[in-house]
Amino acid sequence: MPMETRSIICISCPVGCPMTVTLEGGEVTKVEGNTCPRGESYAKKECVNPTRIVTSSVPVEGGEFAMVSVKTASDIPKSAIPDCARALRGVVAKAPVAIGDVIVPNVAGTGINIIATRHVKTLLSF
Amino acid sequence: MKSMKQIDIVIIGGGPAGMAAAVGAKEAGCDNILILERDTMLGGILNQCIHNGFGLHMFKEELTGPEYAQRYMDQVEALAIPYKLNTMVLDISPDKVVTAVNPEDGLMQIQAKAVILAMGCRERPRGAINIEGTRCAGIYTAGTAQKYVNMNGYMPGKEVVVLGSGDIGLIMARRMTLEGAKVKAVVELMPYSGGLKRNIAQCLDDYDIPLHYSHTVTNIKGRERVESVTIAKVDASLRPIPGTEQEIPCDTLLLSVGLLPENELSQSAGVELSPITGGPVVNESLETELDGVFACGNVLHVHDLVDYVSEESYAAGQNAAAYATGRQFTGDRIPLRPRDGVRYTVPSAINPDNIDKFAIVRFRVDNIYRDRDLAVYFGENRVMKKRKQILAPGEMETLRIPKSWFEENTGCDAITIRLEA
Amino acid sequence: MQMYDVVIIGAGVTGCAIARELSRYRLRTAVLEQHGDVSMGTTKANSAIVHAGYDAKPGTVKAQMNIAGNPMFDQLSKELDFPFKRIGSLILCFDEASMPELEKLLERGRQNGVPGLEIIDRKRLLEMEPHIGDKAVAALYAPTGGIVCPYEMTIALAENAAVNGVEFFLGQEVQAIAKTDAGFVVETQDSRYETKLLINAAGVFADDIHNMLSADKLSIRPRSGQYILMDKVVGNLVSHTLFQLPNEMGKGILVTPTVDGNLLMGPTAVDIDDKLDLATRREQYESILKAAALSVDSIPTRQAITAFTGLRAHSTTDDFIIGYAKDVPGLLDVAGIESPGLTSAPAIGVYVAKLVGERLPLEANPAFIPTREGIKKFRDMTREEQDDAIRANPRYGKIICRCETISEAEIVEAIHRPLGARDLDGVKRRTRSGMGRCQGGFCSPQVAAILSRELDIPLTDITKAGGNSRILVGRNKEI
Repeated sequence: MPMETRSIICISCPVGCPMTVTLEGGEVTKVEGNTCPRGESYAKKECVNPTRIVTSSVPVEGGEFAMVSVKTASDIPKSAIPDCARALRGVVAKAPVAIGDVIVPNVAGTGINIIATRHVKTLLSF
Repeated sequence: MKSMKQIDIVIIGGGPAGMAAAVGAKEAGCDNILILERDTMLGGILNQCIHNGFGLHMFKEELTGPEYAQRYMDQVEALAIPYKLNTMVLDISPDKVVTAVNPEDGLMQIQAKAVILAMGCRERPRGAINIEGTRCAGIYTAGTAQKYVNMNGYMPGKEVVVLGSGDIGLIMARRMTLEGAKVKAVVELMPYSGGLKRNIAQCLDDYDIPLHYSHTVTNIKGRERVESVTIAKVDASLRPIPGTEQEIPCDTLLLSVGLLPENELSQSAGVELSPITGGPVVNESLETELDGVFACGNVLHVHDLVDYVSEESYAAGQNAAAYATGRQFTGDRIPLRPRDGVRYTVPSAINPDNIDKFAIVRFRVDNIYRDRDLAVYFGENRVMKKRKQILAPGEMETLRIPKSWFEENTGCDAITIRLEA
Repeated sequence: MQMYDVVIIGAGVTGCAIARELSRYRLRTAVLEQHGDVSMGTTKANSAIVHAGYDAKPGTVKAQMNIAGNPMFDQLSKELDFPFKRIGSLILCFDEASMPELEKLLERGRQNGVPGLEIIDRKRLLEMEPHIGDKAVAALYAPTGGIVCPYEMTIALAENAAVNGVEFFLGQEVQAIAKTDAGFVVETQDSRYETKLLINAAGVFADDIHNMLSADKLSIRPRSGQYILMDKVVGNLVSHTLFQLPNEMGKGILVTPTVDGNLLMGPTAVDIDDKLDLATRREQYESILKAAALSVDSIPTRQAITAFTGLRAHSTTDDFIIGYAKDVPGLLDVAGIESPGLTSAPAIGVYVAKLVGERLPLEANPAFIPTREGIKKFRDMTREEQDDAIRANPRYGKIICRCETISEAEIVEAIHRPLGARDLDGVKRRTRSGMGRCQGGFCSPQVAAILSRELDIPLTDITKAGGNSRILVGRNKEI
């Protein structure tokens, strides 16, 4: 089995322990340098399956604001971030929008929806 | 001009601090509250902070800025607390007459029983840090860029250098990258970042954006729009080292070089400010040196997490409500003395009679410290010693001082908070 | 192509003062300016001082214009509604050994005819300026010295000239000039202008303009001067303009309140070659602070809100050059207008009009309106006036610039006035929006949106200061 080591800095707290992670065949076999268990679990997750919440804002038509802020409803694989950003190009929401409304379903094939994080009322025009 | 309105508590600012203060005041039984907000909506700066990471302490879940703001807007609505938008306060007099304007009401003068200062803070501009070079277009504070991108949907630049690794700068480095810009470098004067570790990992490392510690921007070139910036390494006294200059072509320089509490109104009222925090000097009840004028949130001292702003402001609201019904927070106070690495404390003095179970003291340190004892002395008597693995200027620390310590140390003339090896 | 009587090149304070003076007469006058606004060169960045007149060498054009210009400010500032305060100047002497220099200055001032000059001792100096530096032993007091806002003054002159019929062509860079029998044909990138007389008020570029036509070459060397502007909280640190004994490069570093209540320090003096080099330099910043520390005992360095650089149009003759070029009939040079150019501008206007009268008949313009009303400042109104203003126009109730308390109504007016603002800096110079301690951090997105709405142009076309100084590069995700 190929063995690999990676250096990462723990982000769980301000201490920022420099950690060395040993991977064998894609599995974490050793975590060194951490000073608490949170470091170990962060290291494992970050090396095997790193995920992120992605936030953005998209234009909204007919609303009281020009833009509506959005996010992935839960975290998506880190590797899917560029596709997620691309998928938001050209997306325009329509007012009214409520927090939690799905703006883009199943973004970039991740199975995760892009949802609104702000209410946008319809702008009354006469 | 209409006759003067009488309001029990006037809250200046409808951001996270103002809203939480309003909720605190209302829940303490005050029914005559008015929030004055200069923007077109409540929520303050949270409206443009569309990233996640808010609310872990307060709501035990990770929210974006607008979502966090909405939680409090919902409470303000549910409690039917009145507020006025588009309203700029022009003056607060020492006897608590608040003068404000908006397009609908014209000029308003309100006699308040209590005033809560919740105006927040602003970013340090370029002039405050004196970078040499031209004064062309393309130089923005990170927050201004954030407003353009997140609220207006426009990009202020394509090729970006960020000066300062405060959280807004880091967040904007990622944000502009995701919108198609190239962030060429983040430059930090200090040998450490004032931003969160998580933001360095997830805003810079994830996108291979280089972070240069102990570097600064020494020059800006460009006649009409920024064409390049020069960065250089700095020595221990933070002076650029000749010969280390490096010119980076770019069209934009974002500044994330610190936040300053916005206290012009406080000064108009005659509130005394701390030269260290830039915010009002307050007692344990978050009351300024001016009776009945309270302060909370970033106008008091710049916080790291909005959760603490909400917590502090809720308390300020409760105290203001008590004041409005006749309670006085006067009496003998014991001064707090920040020493040996502790830069300041909020409050700066405590009257034990005014605390219930414990007093909350927030402070920051002046440098990175590893493996130090945080010690609290009542007079000469050390009442607490706690090992801290790390203390950093970017993190606000919170201490709870139990009432019992005051009872056990009667007659003490000062409380010292210090770091010990 | 229509024939102008007079074309003025340059819309700085000199060009605009001349234009306004000429608008008193039935003349067809045009002003060509390379920048997108008036007041964009030397006028925009200088000490903003109305000099008493003790400094210029007796008998020079500088002395003559300074002495004539200074007393004109009281009436002119009232007529045209721009801020001017006669606060008086103090020229500080830091050691007994230099007292003869001070005496010499007093003598020179008296020779020039400066009223009210006297030398005062440290005791009196301390009464007048409690924060004066420890080393100041005495000072020359010039009560007629004053402060003015140079761009507000220039905008006022230009607006008034425009209302009285002068045509302004902004953003027109002169590329060639041909001498014809009738006069001149001036060519810019977009257009051609034919004129009988040509007035060269091109500031640091006056030599380039002159030398396009004349064999008798002129040389203007830009002399760079850097300034530091401090927050209003320290604006009352001094109440007079504090000079130091002058040297051969200029009047040295001054410390002065501004008409807006800030504190201004500078300028440095460095001869440079590049006429567009407005960069600020760190070592100059530090040298200003060092020199200013002599005049005032504690310089509030933390209150600095910005630094900027201006260029003096220094002529190698060391005097103003005002008059017809010897070898080019009809070319009237107004060149080398460095300090005290701002003070002299009103007098230069009158003098140049007289010179124009030597070649063209000057018939009074019956429609001439001598007065102009500036933008009404919300922050200067009484509470009652503020309330009334909002009721008449609700936009007064929307405060855009929180540091300087500037309302939306003022910004909209700045855009729609004659020669109105077209960019952020134009709004800033007319209203002070963005000039406060946050330096536009909060208000510039709103001002940009108002410009876009009022001028009906896309937000992406809004610039900081014309040309290619766009503030935004495109929509999100589309760059």
